[in-house]
Amino acid sequence: MVEEEGFRRYVAHIILWIGIAIVAFPVYLAFVASTQDNAVIANGQMSLLPGGHFFETYYQTIFVGTSGSTREPVGNMMLNSLVMALLIAVGKIAISIISAYAIVYFRFPFRMALFWLIFITLMLPVEVRIYPTYKIVADLHMLDSYAGLSLPLIASATATLLFRQFFMTVPDELLEASRIDGAGPFRFFWDTLLPLSRTNMAALFVILFILGWNQYLWPLLITTRDDMQTIQIGIRKMITTTDALTEWPIVMATAVLAMLPPVLVVVAMQKLFVRGLVETEK
Amino acid sequence: MANVTLRNVRKTYPGGFEAIKGVDVDVGDGQFCVLVGPSGCGKSTLLRMVAGLETVTGGEIDIGGRIVNGIEPADRDIAMVFQNYALYPHMSVYNNMAYGLRNRGMAEAEIRTRVDEAARILELTSMLERKPRQLSGGQRQRVAMGRAIVRQPKVFLFDEPLSNLDAKLRIAMRVEIRKLQRRLTTTSIYVTHDQLEAMTLADILVVMNGGQVEQVGNPLAIYEKPATTFVASFIGAPPMNLMSTRPEEIRSQLAGSAAADAGILGIRPEDFVITDQTPDGGVALPLTVEAIERVGAETFVYGSREQEEQRVAATPGELPPGEIIVRIPGTDAPAIGTRIRVAAVRAKLHLFSADGRTRLEA
Repeated sequence: MVEEEGFRRYVAHIILWIGIAIVAFPVYLAFVASTQDNAVIANGQMSLLPGGHFFETYYQTIFVGTSGSTREPVGNMMLNSLVMALLIAVGKIAISIISAYAIVYFRFPFRMALFWLIFITLMLPVEVRIYPTYKIVADLHMLDSYAGLSLPLIASATATLLFRQFFMTVPDELLEASRIDGAGPFRFFWDTLLPLSRTNMAALFVILFILGWNQYLWPLLITTRDDMQTIQIGIRKMITTTDALTEWPIVMATAVLAMLPPVLVVVAMQKLFVRGLVETEK
Repeated sequence: MANVTLRNVRKTYPGGFEAIKGVDVDVGDGQFCVLVGPSGCGKSTLLRMVAGLETVTGGEIDIGGRIVNGIEPADRDIAMVFQNYALYPHMSVYNNMAYGLRNRGMAEAEIRTRVDEAARILELTSMLERKPRQLSGGQRQRVAMGRAIVRQPKVFLFDEPLSNLDAKLRIAMRVEIRKLQRRLTTTSIYVTHDQLEAMTLADILVVMNGGQVEQVGNPLAIYEKPATTFVASFIGAPPMNLMSTRPEEIRSQLAGSAAADAGILGIRPEDFVITDQTPDGGVALPLTVEAIERVGAETFVYGSREQEEQRVAATPGELPPGEIIVRIPGTDAPAIGTRIRVAAVRAKLHLFSADGRTRLEA
């Protein structure tokens, strides 16, 4: 960090504050809107200070839902989103750390071929393979289920590559010391490799949780029942109303609620997250 | 306690590269064996084969009367100290030492006794709860030793354990390792490229070059009677002066000895004296002083001989043709550019065949 004196430092701070304002103002506005009366917002007379409907609106949002387009309480949507995001994040980490372990530490036929196969799937995101994936999930009767929401998104080339790169920086002597210490492949993985990967796993968890939380296309496609919809789908449905006024306070409250879990995850894991991204000493 | 015997051990890599070309070594019970050689000579590979970390493609490795060729490292009853220590970074010092014992299902009380004992010997008692990254290089080194000791193995294997330490600490740890080994009387095999470490630690010294053993024996015996020019120039610092006996100047002085037509004459820098006399049966050489190195207790004089001569043999540490190093005690050295005469007595001459592979008696 460069220490600047006097005037130059104020300029730098002002620029930073402007940046913060640009990011934070819409969020603030959403919060303010969620505490106002719907009629006021609809009239375009919304004040920039929070209104008096905070508890009322949030109670209705979480436990009741809108009266029109989606009759599902947002609390339930959040639970769906949370389960899906957790399954995706944990599942991806588990699958990819195991496959990276196999690729780096075991010699088996077609090892490199398999590695490249995994690598190639990087070029096939969900959007590209959406129809075949949908067909498989439908044939397995997993529509409208947590398994259907998360399983197709769990396989991850990116995370596998990340762990592979990390494992390759772990000194071979550690494996050899483990072998001499009588640790088999499973013990080495569990006792040494997993603890060493802790910060990497944390960083990955943060990224993957947010990725899972923000899924839109896939849940839209495979959930039809209201009680299985995720919060991202819910918001979208709330806005599209054909014969009634959009309930803006509830929409805004939902938006604020949708932001909370990712923020909480980042805040809770910030220390580990940063270490996982920058750590070099093993 | 165990002997370690290597019988015609070979290692050929899948690509066809022959790293170890048939090695026979016999390390007696409780002996300290040092494998020494330049980098790439196969000494580490050989050690790793004894540890079971490399497969053996030919011959037999016998630890305590049991052929261990196909046995897993963990079941060979060995312990190894790695060059980079290979401590588990996420475990405390205590757990680093206890890990191998736990994997063997030893009772926690017995583990504690052993770790505490090892920590006491290595003066690590106050650091048992620390993580390796909170320790200095020397302390990490001791933890690595502790991890080996608690196992109470038949054999200790050391793979250049001191090369990551600074010079001063290296000497201190060298002495400690030797004392520890004497005390535990555990058979040890130690790999190093540092000939001083090799000389000071070894009961038996194995000098390796190009995947083969050049000479095996007591370190002082090897120093006094190197079997090949490679050993002659590798053991001893500064290296032995090697010169062809072909020039008339040297040939005439060697006349009458069986080695007159030898091929290569070797004289250690410390065996030269600056003198005008030629000792009976010895060799004297005129030199022009080119450089002086004063290190306090002794001084190295670098001189060149008049005649340019051909390279003697391609060995590490070899001097440029015609250059001679003379070691004299004290700091009193001739000035640069002066002409001096140096001589060595008959008993201090080393004679080798022209290819440098055979030692001839003077």
